[in-house]
Amino acid sequence: MTFFLVSSIIKIIVVFTVIMVGVALLTLAERRICAWMQDRLGPNRVGPQGLFQPAADGLKNLLKEETLPAQADKVLFLLAPAMSFVPALLTFAVIPFATPLPTPWGDVDMVVANLPVGFLYILAFGSLGVYGIVLAGWASNNKYSLLGGLRASAQMISYEIAMGMSTVAVLLLAGNVTLSEVVARQAQSIWFVFPLSLAYFIFIVAAFAETNRLPFDLPEAEGELIAGYHTEYSAMKFSMFYIAEYSNMVTASALMTTLFFGGWDIPFTTWDNTPPWTVLKTVATLAAFCLKVSCFLFLYIWVRWTLPRFRYDQLMALGWKVMLPLALGYLTVIATALWILHAVLGWAYDTRFGLALFGLNVLLAIPLFFVLDRGHIVAGSMAGERA
Amino acid sequence: MTQPYLAFLLLLAFVAFNAALLIGLSHLVAPRKPTVVKDAPYESGMPPLGNAHDRFSVKFYLVAMLFIVFDLETVFLIPWGAIYFGRGGQGGPGMGFLLVEMLVFMLILAVGYVYVWKRGALQWD
Repeated sequence: MTFFLVSSIIKIIVVFTVIMVGVALLTLAERRICAWMQDRLGPNRVGPQGLFQPAADGLKNLLKEETLPAQADKVLFLLAPAMSFVPALLTFAVIPFATPLPTPWGDVDMVVANLPVGFLYILAFGSLGVYGIVLAGWASNNKYSLLGGLRASAQMISYEIAMGMSTVAVLLLAGNVTLSEVVARQAQSIWFVFPLSLAYFIFIVAAFAETNRLPFDLPEAEGELIAGYHTEYSAMKFSMFYIAEYSNMVTASALMTTLFFGGWDIPFTTWDNTPPWTVLKTVATLAAFCLKVSCFLFLYIWVRWTLPRFRYDQLMALGWKVMLPLALGYLTVIATALWILHAVLGWAYDTRFGLALFGLNVLLAIPLFFVLDRGHIVAGSMAGERA
Repeated sequence: MTQPYLAFLLLLAFVAFNAALLIGLSHLVAPRKPTVVKDAPYESGMPPLGNAHDRFSVKFYLVAMLFIVFDLETVFLIPWGAIYFGRGGQGGPGMGFLLVEMLVFMLILAVGYVYVWKRGALQWD
């Protein structure tokens, strides 16, 4: 018990610190990559390659004057950043990030809290973040903030359904909601991104919408809403919304890695996922995990500086009229395919099974992408004029 | 079995403490010189008109209601998904039965979805 407590506390502090430092570096990476894509320099003055820029920003935010609007609801106004910050940093807790680490006192699972409820916990806590945003919008007593908060809440709950449905598809193959079991299942055969390519497609679109990132950043569309729900926030409280947003991105990337890209699994070898556990295996799998997460974080930034923003009616139409029926229909097709392959043909789940499902996904993807984005369901901005 | 929840509670306490620390620390350290104009709500530099807590579009409520309905469907599907392929073969109802069960559920859901769409509840403008 003492060992469990000590190891848990160490893990909590280390993971928390790593996420905070990661978020700080991510804000720098975003600005440097943005600058690189727009052919300019970006922040490069503070420290080597601007590496200390986040520290300077953090210090500045701590020492800046805080504004508190006279008509704001004071308690909620103070509480809202915390309500956004806490769930954002809690969601990472159930994600396994490496193989168990052997110590003289026993193996330590490389996950903060290996909850049996697994990704149900992530779905639950991921949606708690919306409270902070909608309360910030309401408490500010500012029209832009209120609109931003309302937009954010409507958007997040709309895409949450599609996200939940696409994780049910993962659940079908994994047969367990515990994320360590999901990773183990993928390590044994094939990463779920192959047998469930379309679920991954739905998940990544929903994840972009859930984290309020471009092309779905309507809650803070600066052309229309100044800064959306955090218009009235300054200094450290603004910083907390920022940290929450970026740590949500980190969690979403880690979740994509875990559910679809094998988590800490190193592909093409079973060396990393068979006991006895060694320190080398832990380090190698941790490196693999971090590499995969970084790729998704880069994708987030890349997409942000590539795609334009949706209009709000397009966003809602995409969520309710495309993503939701797509997720429901896909689940039905996958369940039927599993029944045919397993119960009728008698195949056990292995790599061949996964590849057969991958073939099915490719077949489904062709008509899907032919229909999607051709102005059939989500109207383009010029639809009225063309007709 | 309850051990992971203990770790979760520790994390919750730690994160909540940090959130309070950040808010409290900046409250102590930062200067505060309020003026009437500084404390007014920001409306692009114009004097604010009226109260922001005005009526807003009913569509937001509609989305929230639809969300509850469809999110509960997801919740119903999760236990089904956990046993369908993972434990379906080992005792209990077979895969075929579970598949038919889900198809009936999806059919009912689809009827409701088509109704909602045709009534224009998903139309935003």
